[in-house]
Amino acid sequence: MDNTTLIAIVSIITAGFTTGIGCMFPALSEGKAVASALQSVAQQPDAAPTITRTLFVGLAMIESTAIYCFVVSMILIFANPFWNHFIAQ
Amino acid sequence: MKLSPDQTVFWEYGFISLNLTIVTTWAIMLLLVISAILITRGLKTDMRISRWQCFLEMLVTGINQQIKEVGLKQPEKYIGFIGTLFLFIAIANLLIIFPWYEPPTGSLSTTAALAISVLFAVPFFGIEQSGFIGYLKSYIRPTVIMLPFNIIGEISRTLALTIRLFGNIMSGGLVVAVLLSIAPFIFPVIMTALGLLTGMVQAYIFSILATVYIAAAIQECKTKTTKEQITIKLKEVKNG
Repeated sequence: MDNTTLIAIVSIITAGFTTGIGCMFPALSEGKAVASALQSVAQQPDAAPTITRTLFVGLAMIESTAIYCFVVSMILIFANPFWNHFIAQ
Repeated sequence: MKLSPDQTVFWEYGFISLNLTIVTTWAIMLLLVISAILITRGLKTDMRISRWQCFLEMLVTGINQQIKEVGLKQPEKYIGFIGTLFLFIAIANLLIIFPWYEPPTGSLSTTAALAISVLFAVPFFGIEQSGFIGYLKSYIRPTVIMLPFNIIGEISRTLALTIRLFGNIMSGGLVVAVLLSIAPFIFPVIMTALGLLTGMVQAYIFSILATVYIAAAIQECKTKTTKEQITIKLKEVKNG
């Protein structure tokens, strides 16, 4: 197996794992955040606007970890620096 | 597959290149400026105002309200910066309803520019509020040991702002592109509708985070150290 094939195999497998694991845990934590926010809205409907705003900001923060993983896997597939290095040779 | 509109280059000379991102950004800027001029040309204070004036007033009042709720007492000082960020990102993301439009926020260079402007705006407003020394002091709160962590935090949150906006918009476009190749009939429409929602939420998030950072810089300058607070309390008690 030459270098490019090896890099392609490793990159694709790693990209899959990156997105897979990187979506799993943010999904769990987003579920927890939404569940507790809904609970607090049910207990205190007056505080709903504040809770919603904080929830949105928090969700975006949590979601950004998943987005980082996604960006890394996109780089691995479409703009892999190691692959480009060996192709250029 | 194209990852960002940066790769569509119309004209290149040396290191100056005119790509789709720049063209779309300038088009959006023109759209915003011209529509703002047209709407504010005939402002009225009657009972009956034009629809667009009503819309604009709602927008400005809403943004002011949001800034005030985060903790900045004079939103008029900050709406110029934060409102512009929100309007630009929101319009850039909402225009994906037009075919062949590629959002400039799906390019890393645009989002990096926006995040860097936030990076510079935070010390600007902080210094304006409490002077140069007063702002620099906020870096050594609570202790001097926190100085490197404060600086790292400043840089990493800029990076986070950049990647968050870029990743969200780029992933929306990419998912639509992938769906077009496997199920081109109805699913891309649904995903585009979801992209509209994500775009609005991301515009809101970006501007509210900028507000939170500015508010944090200003309040850190305002709050005194614990020792000073205790002395003030003691004085108050003594004076009755």
